[in-house]
Amino acid sequence: MALLEVSNLSIAVAAGGKLLPVVQGISFQVEAGKTLGIVGESGCGKSLTSLAIMGLLEGSQVRIIGGTIHFNGQNMLTLSDKKRREIMGAEMAMIFQEPMTSLNPVYRVGDQIIEAIRQHKKQTKQQARARAIELLTLVRIPDAEKRIESYPHQLSGGMRQRVMIAMALACDPKLLIADEPTTALDVTVQARILELLKELQQQTGMAIVLISHDLGVIAETCDSVAVMYRGKFVEVAPSAELFSTVAHPYTSGLLSSIPVSDHEIDRLDAIPGRVPMLGEDVIGCAFHPRCNLAQECCSLKDPEEVSLTQTHFTRCHFPIGSNL
Amino acid sequence: MTQPAPLLQVNDLKTYFTIGTGGPFGSGKQTLKAVDGISFEIHAGEVLSLVGESGCGKTTVGRTLTQLEPATDGEAYFNGTEILSLPNSQFRPLRREIQMIFQDPFASLNPRLTIEQTLAEPLHIHKLAKNRKEARVLISETLQLVGLDPKVMDRYPHEFSGGQRQRIGIARVMILKPKLVIADEMVSALDVSIQAQVLNLIKDLQRDSGVSMLFISHDLGVVRHISDRVAVMYLGKIVEIGNRLEIFENPSHPYTKLLLSSIPRIKPGRTKVEDLGEPASATSPPTGCAFHPRCAIATEICRSAQPEMNELSETHVSACHNISQLLGGHA
Repeated sequence: MALLEVSNLSIAVAAGGKLLPVVQGISFQVEAGKTLGIVGESGCGKSLTSLAIMGLLEGSQVRIIGGTIHFNGQNMLTLSDKKRREIMGAEMAMIFQEPMTSLNPVYRVGDQIIEAIRQHKKQTKQQARARAIELLTLVRIPDAEKRIESYPHQLSGGMRQRVMIAMALACDPKLLIADEPTTALDVTVQARILELLKELQQQTGMAIVLISHDLGVIAETCDSVAVMYRGKFVEVAPSAELFSTVAHPYTSGLLSSIPVSDHEIDRLDAIPGRVPMLGEDVIGCAFHPRCNLAQECCSLKDPEEVSLTQTHFTRCHFPIGSNL
Repeated sequence: MTQPAPLLQVNDLKTYFTIGTGGPFGSGKQTLKAVDGISFEIHAGEVLSLVGESGCGKTTVGRTLTQLEPATDGEAYFNGTEILSLPNSQFRPLRREIQMIFQDPFASLNPRLTIEQTLAEPLHIHKLAKNRKEARVLISETLQLVGLDPKVMDRYPHEFSGGQRQRIGIARVMILKPKLVIADEMVSALDVSIQAQVLNLIKDLQRDSGVSMLFISHDLGVVRHISDRVAVMYLGKIVEIGNRLEIFENPSHPYTKLLLSSIPRIKPGRTKVEDLGEPASATSPPTGCAFHPRCAIATEICRSAQPEMNELSETHVSACHNISQLLGGHA
């Protein structure tokens, strides 16, 4: 069994007495030591998926309405609160996009890491402090002994994100969920953080779920990729396979929308239209109103998942480059 | 060949901020040199991009040129008139010709005004429409120009998506037929599929109207797509400026090289440039060349002296002491 197994997960938002679906029956697995990337645009449900895995949806307007999440063989959705709290933050940790709002501004960064350690491990303050310095050194913060006394506002954005990573690694997690971990950072800082995550993964063997809107980031860091559109995985494949043989028109549209810095493009091949709003009904394939390959059946019937190879799946009636 | 006079000519522009509480004796006050002596020009119909990372001063350049921040020193000639020292009353008529578009399409539209009211406001201020009927004709034309149905006039901003709001922001600027548009990270908040639509729109509008642009962005892909010329900023200074292809195909400053090599690529095989240090702080910039603590080819002189601008071609200039080493010894 894989470390993380999500099957048929569905999430809905309660609005005006109705349940509006935002994630519709997605399934995936992540093995230890591997990285899965989930890519998609705002509102596609990628962040809600990560919050659901972490068990952070409770008490909000958003709820899981179907499916299972198995972590390390345990069903996370039926686990007692106490048991789940032991796993969250220890075996399964998360880093977010905004390193400023994820740290408490009135506590020193060291104390925040120490708190995370002592929450899960029986350690004295001195032991936890030593471990915190070790962790800050691990994420390559210079002068860790001194930096542990800093307040978040005294650190740059890249440094804060490193502190967040150190905190997430405090209890040697088996799974790290990184939701747009470098989106708020400058490109040179992003390059260093992504390299750091890769190295840490090699050292610790943790699995990573990386959520991003940036296909470049995904291509460079992930073993496999899931492309999400309107709550569904429209294409899933190993990273190299996905980018060499794109099957879904949405993935292809995303790729041709990116202005790249390494060659000349006069006009971007933009995807027309916009993502349908939450609660807006689209009959058939959710992407068909924006798809230039759509035919009549696309507006009638939502496509089933088809497999192009053993590892490459797509949800499209007319996948690119296949004779289906 | 003599070039016509540039539309905008900026000479040695400096914008400093005083930060810190100062205390009772004014101690602890620091000077932040957000823009520290930059010069560039923009010709009619040209798009110049200012690119750099957070805190490099690129936004302050745009804000200073529109008098949203007072300049500390330097000059900027717009169509031959020095604009930084103009009193407000004389600058106001020029505001029609120098327009600004901002990053956040949610924060830059008044939620209480309909689209018609939003677009009529600049027309009233600059007295470009005699009556409501005339204004509505202009508004309707401009909405079509940016790809929106004129029927949206009676709606409010909350009814639009981010991409549509950015189109409304563009319409509000284009309705005045400006000569220079300063666009500050105008597509950064948009999803990639929407960003592509808006970029195509700006490119079309720019070509059709011949408006000049100062395009401020951190995204090098977007910059390559939109610009004629590119200026790379690091800590308040321009370190390299050149034509689009000169910057992207033949980057000639270690910082430009680092920036380009840091972009994650979909196709494998990017060559990485070593980054030795952390981004420097603008309140206590390093001595000499501000980039030297991060630079793999820095030598003694980089720590002590600020580099001069080296002319690599008529259009391509780079500020690096070790330019010959950087270019493989034949420059």
